[in-house]
Amino acid sequence: MDPIPTDCPPPGLEPMLNLLYFARLREVLGRETERIELPADVSTVAGLAAWLRTRGDAWERELAPGKTWRAAVNQDMAQPDTPVRDGDEVAFFPPVTGG
Amino acid sequence: MNDRAVVVPGKTEVRVQPEDFDVGSEIARLRADNPRVGAVATFIGVCRDLNDGSQVAEMTLEHYPGMTERALEKIAVEARGRWDLIDILIVHRIGPMHPTDQIVLVAVTSSHRGEAFAACEFLMDYLKTRAPFWKKESTGEGARWVDARASDDAAAGRWS
Repeated sequence: MDPIPTDCPPPGLEPMLNLLYFARLREVLGRETERIELPADVSTVAGLAAWLRTRGDAWERELAPGKTWRAAVNQDMAQPDTPVRDGDEVAFFPPVTGG
Repeated sequence: MNDRAVVVPGKTEVRVQPEDFDVGSEIARLRADNPRVGAVATFIGVCRDLNDGSQVAEMTLEHYPGMTERALEKIAVEARGRWDLIDILIVHRIGPMHPTDQIVLVAVTSSHRGEAFAACEFLMDYLKTRAPFWKKESTGEGARWVDARASDDAAAGRWS
């Protein structure tokens, strides 16, 4: 049996994520923010996007692997294989257009 | 004698704000009569009235509060790792903009012009591809989100 990780949440508290959506993605997905339980088999940004796609409709269209979306975890730019853990803030947005 | 050894890093200031900025007073404050500053390089990004073939009446800049400042600070740290710089200032506006409005100011001080010019361009190229801002334009055909440009990715890629 694997040792219990030291950052495991106390028993009885479910692992949660704060999700944020920006710009055109926010408009198309129809929400700015939400708090969800960390799905059991999700451990990366790509995994989370795949889980969100199961909602269908715009989620399935906009977060498809071939689409140009970006993500940040805890306010750092992320890659598809960036880990996602209990308590993380994960944001989804289009490629940036500042400056 | 190699004077690289005596470049003392100054300040890094990053601001995200709706208010306009005055370049003259920002530069005066930035270099603060530091006699080691031999070069000041500045870039100002300005809102235009034409983008992708359409007349732009108004633009709105959205951002990711918290991450925006963090991302700009990281870009500044990266610039310091590449060049001997004294001060770095980045001011980026948010909210509604109209053609001829100032959008962003990047200012860098250093001993010599090579570092200042290069760092100023680097900071803008990285800001364009890594700082979480998004522009929405109002044109004659309605409102639309501005698409990121491949040329911006290519410009940032030059510094790899």
